[in-house]
Amino acid sequence: MSASPELTAYALLLIVGFLPNEVWRVLGLVAVRGLNEESEIFLWARAVATAVLAAVIAKIVLFPPGTLAAVPLAIRLGAIACGLMAFLLVRRSVFAGVLAAEATLLLGASIWQG
Amino acid sequence: MQADPPPSSSSTAFLAGVRAACQSVMAYVLIGTYIGITALAHDFGFSMWWVMASTMLVWAGPAQVILISSLGVGAAPLEVALAVCLSSARLLPMVMSLLPMLRQPDTPTRKLLLPAHLTAVSMWIECQRLLPAVPRHNRLAFANGLGAAFMAAAHLGTVIGFYLASLLPPLLTAGMLFITPVSFLISTTRNCRLLMDWLALALGLAVGPLLAWQQVGLDILWTGLGAGTAAYAVHRLREALK
Repeated sequence: MSASPELTAYALLLIVGFLPNEVWRVLGLVAVRGLNEESEIFLWARAVATAVLAAVIAKIVLFPPGTLAAVPLAIRLGAIACGLMAFLLVRRSVFAGVLAAEATLLLGASIWQG
Repeated sequence: MQADPPPSSSSTAFLAGVRAACQSVMAYVLIGTYIGITALAHDFGFSMWWVMASTMLVWAGPAQVILISSLGVGAAPLEVALAVCLSSARLLPMVMSLLPMLRQPDTPTRKLLLPAHLTAVSMWIECQRLLPAVPRHNRLAFANGLGAAFMAAAHLGTVIGFYLASLLPPLLTAGMLFITPVSFLISTTRNCRLLMDWLALALGLAVGPLLAWQQVGLDILWTGLGAGTAAYAVHRLREALK
C-alpha cells in the first residue's frame, strides 16, 4: 500500500494543511449569518482580530522563524522602530515604512556579521 | 447587429478590486513574502506546484510556513494539523468582521464562500481601509477581485522564489521573512480609527509575547480574546458614559 511520495505530499496538504485551516473560515461564515454591520458582535470581532494580529506580529519579531533568527533581537526591534518612524514622517506611507524597516534590518545585520 | 450589453456592474467591481490590489503595497509585500516562503519550501524539497497548491488551498502565510517546515522535518501529521489549526484561529474573527461589510439582505450564504476563503491578513487589512468607500452592492465582487489579485501576486512570488532559491543569500531570506511582521504592523497602525482599535493593537503587542514567553498554550488565541475583549469593553464603557 505505498502511494507515490508526490501523491502523499498532496494528500498531506489537504488533510493537515487545508482542513484544519479552512475550518476557521467556515465557522466564521456560520457565526455571522444574520448579523449586520451594526451588530455589536461585529465590532467585538474586529477588536479580537486586531489583537490576534498584534500577537502574531509580536511573536514573529520576538521568536522568529528560519534565517531571521540569526539576526539579533536589538536589530529586529530597531528595524521595527525605524519603519514606524518612516511611516509617520513620510505622509503615513506603508511602503516607506516597510522599505525603511527592511533597509535597517539588512544594513544592521550585515554590519553585525562584519 | 445588437450593441454589446453594458458590462455588468459585478465584473466592473471585480476589476476595480484587481486594480486596487495592484496599487496596494500589500501586493508587493505578498510577492516578497512568498519569495521567502518558497525559498524555505525549496530547501525542504517541495515542488513549485505543491507550494502553489498550498497557497490556493491554505492561503495563510504563517500557516504555510508551519506546514512546510514541520512536514519538511518529518513531524507527525496530527502534530502538524494541530499547529496549523492553532495558528489560523485569527481567520475566525477576520471572517466575522469582514462578511457583514460585504453582504446585502438578499445575499445567499453560498456567495460568501469565496470571499471567506480569500480572507487572509492582507485582504482583511485592505478591505478595512477600502470597503467603506465602495457602494454596498459592489463590495462582494470588489473583495473577490482584491483577494484573487493578491493570490496571483503570491503565485508570482512563488515562481520568482523558486528560481532564486539557490541564489538567495541567507540574509536576504531573513529580510523576506521580516516583511510579514513589519507590513502587518504598519498597515494595522494605519487602519486604527477608534480608540478600541488602538487599545486592541497595543494590548495584543504587550500581552502576546508575555504569554508566548510563559509558554502558555494557545497563546495567540488567548491574547486575541483577552486583549480584544478588553479593548471592546473600554469602548462600550466610554459609549455608556457619554
